[in-house]
Amino acid sequence: MTIEVKNLVKKFGSFAALDGVDLKVDNGELLALLGPSGSGKTTLLRIIAGLDWPDSGEVAFNGEDALAQGARERHVGFVFQHYALFRHMTVFENVAFGLRVQPRAIRKDEATIRARVKELLDLVQLDWLSDRYPSQLSGGQRQRIALARALAIEPRILLLDEPFGALDAKVRKELRRWLRSLHHEINVTSIFVTHDQEEALEVANRVVVMDKGRIEQIGSPDDVYETPATAFVHSFIGESIELPVHVESGVIRLGDRALRLAADGLAPGASRLFVRRHDMLVGPPGSGAFEGAVQHVRNFGPVQRAEVALSGGETIEIDAPRDRELRAGDRVGLEPRRYRIFAGA
Amino acid sequence: MTMQIADSVSLPAPDAKARAHAAAARDNLRTEPRAVRVVIIALAMIFLTVFVVLPLALVFAQAFSKGILAYFAALAEAEALSAIKLTLLVAAISVGLNLVFGLVAAWAIAKFEFRGKTFLITLIDLPFSVSPVISGLVFVLLFGAQGYFGSWLRDHDIQILFAVPGIALATTFVTFPFVARALIPLMQEQGTQEEEAAISLGASGLQTFFRVTLPNIKWGVLYGVLLCNARAMGEFGAVSVVSGHIRGDTNTMPLLVEILYNEYQFVAAFAIASLLAMLALITLIAKTVLENHLDEGHDASDH
Repeated sequence: MTIEVKNLVKKFGSFAALDGVDLKVDNGELLALLGPSGSGKTTLLRIIAGLDWPDSGEVAFNGEDALAQGARERHVGFVFQHYALFRHMTVFENVAFGLRVQPRAIRKDEATIRARVKELLDLVQLDWLSDRYPSQLSGGQRQRIALARALAIEPRILLLDEPFGALDAKVRKELRRWLRSLHHEINVTSIFVTHDQEEALEVANRVVVMDKGRIEQIGSPDDVYETPATAFVHSFIGESIELPVHVESGVIRLGDRALRLAADGLAPGASRLFVRRHDMLVGPPGSGAFEGAVQHVRNFGPVQRAEVALSGGETIEIDAPRDRELRAGDRVGLEPRRYRIFAGA
Repeated sequence: MTMQIADSVSLPAPDAKARAHAAAARDNLRTEPRAVRVVIIALAMIFLTVFVVLPLALVFAQAFSKGILAYFAALAEAEALSAIKLTLLVAAISVGLNLVFGLVAAWAIAKFEFRGKTFLITLIDLPFSVSPVISGLVFVLLFGAQGYFGSWLRDHDIQILFAVPGIALATTFVTFPFVARALIPLMQEQGTQEEEAAISLGASGLQTFFRVTLPNIKWGVLYGVLLCNARAMGEFGAVSVVSGHIRGDTNTMPLLVEILYNEYQFVAAFAIASLLAMLALITLIAKTVLENHLDEGHDASDH
């Protein structure tokens, strides 16, 4: 099932949750919607599911207008952030719900329903919990039951809202890997929402980065990390050093200091320069584009994180390998191995 | 937690957590001298005995003062039987109506955002803040002979005042808040996610209501119905205004108690009163049981 979203706009009062969103999702993809809270990612997911309606724009499944159908007709599996399991039903009945409410004409008989539920509980490896109530389960178990329940209706699309948001770090990592292999197994077009970049980059085939109701970048996990399309993406994904610079007649200036960096093709005016922390190479004074004095050093396993006061007055944090120990007070030259400059203050 | 909106004129909130906290606090703060504690507890006990237990006991004592046969004879009087029947009928009608409208109002308030919501919540409380006599007078003003619809009703030969419809209307008005008040906080706390999940799994509106919403609020519904029923059967003021006190016809139990008492028929008066007292006791017990169930429901929803 492919999903196509065109120019979607959704306002809550004067706040634009979605401000013109276009998106194409291919059949069988596992797509992440990544962004800070309030970026509109959950709203987009709910509109695709039919739980919310856009003010304008189009949503199509396999080229068919999905907005003409209610949530009930769309056959979309939705996994809620807080699971929304039916608290008065056993795990078994929760999973069976979607099969039991089918119109009589197509409803399966009891034996078939039981077999199907058993199969799904096996799939999420929780068949031994079928007689328990949701309140008796751990967060990770609830999450997997919610997924089994959504899969029971053989959804054409699977949507997951912050699927691991409410879980502790260890369970979250396990479930991530498990979700990826599950997706590989069932191969349903899936979209999940997350504010956790690590989660998005690790699980998804493609990542959609959103901010303020707009899509900032769509690309593979490598794309969005290695070649961020906007200043927002660069600062949101991975840890970046950000410096306010000025581009003027082929020269990049930080404060009143001209940097020895190529300025080809850059628009003149106030800009922002981004460097990954680990892309800032440390050398002797005078060896790089920047000069500075080490203020403070902490060791993090294989790297040392140094706070460096640049001669322009800015203080930055860099990650350097431990082959050459830095000390507070050292004067160093810094050369960005890779950097990006985005116009605008 | 259960009754966020409950305030000055509120229902008592079922709140086991608060009780548990209070118990813990009591253990930590036992610093008062023993004598002070004994005095305070004794005062509370004496007050409750004198003002609550004693009158209740007296009702039964008076009812049985001429023996058990006189008691049942008083209840078997045609007037008494008619009052009991009328009270049951009126309670059934008003509880039924308030169940439906209370559910609708609570649903609207808890699950949707709309303009005038705060106004609606305030309006629901109106019957609690208005004196029941005034509630009754409103219906006289509307349906009485000199009222707005009076002449039209007379022309069409419809009797509302001094008949069952009037009594049922006045009772329904006075008891409206109970079901809605019991459900609004409960439904607000539960949110709409389970309903959304049900719909996305293909359930219709009715299936969602009967399979998901109703089971989640059933204890709250019973709680509201219980209190609504107790008040409906015991309502005096509003009913007194609209009933007309026609003996054997439009007298409910509370009205009959007053009439019999004024006529010095003490055994009969207290016999009927004892039935109302028993209703109160049963309500109290049922309420305690329901509150435990409500608390369980809340605990289960704590993720």
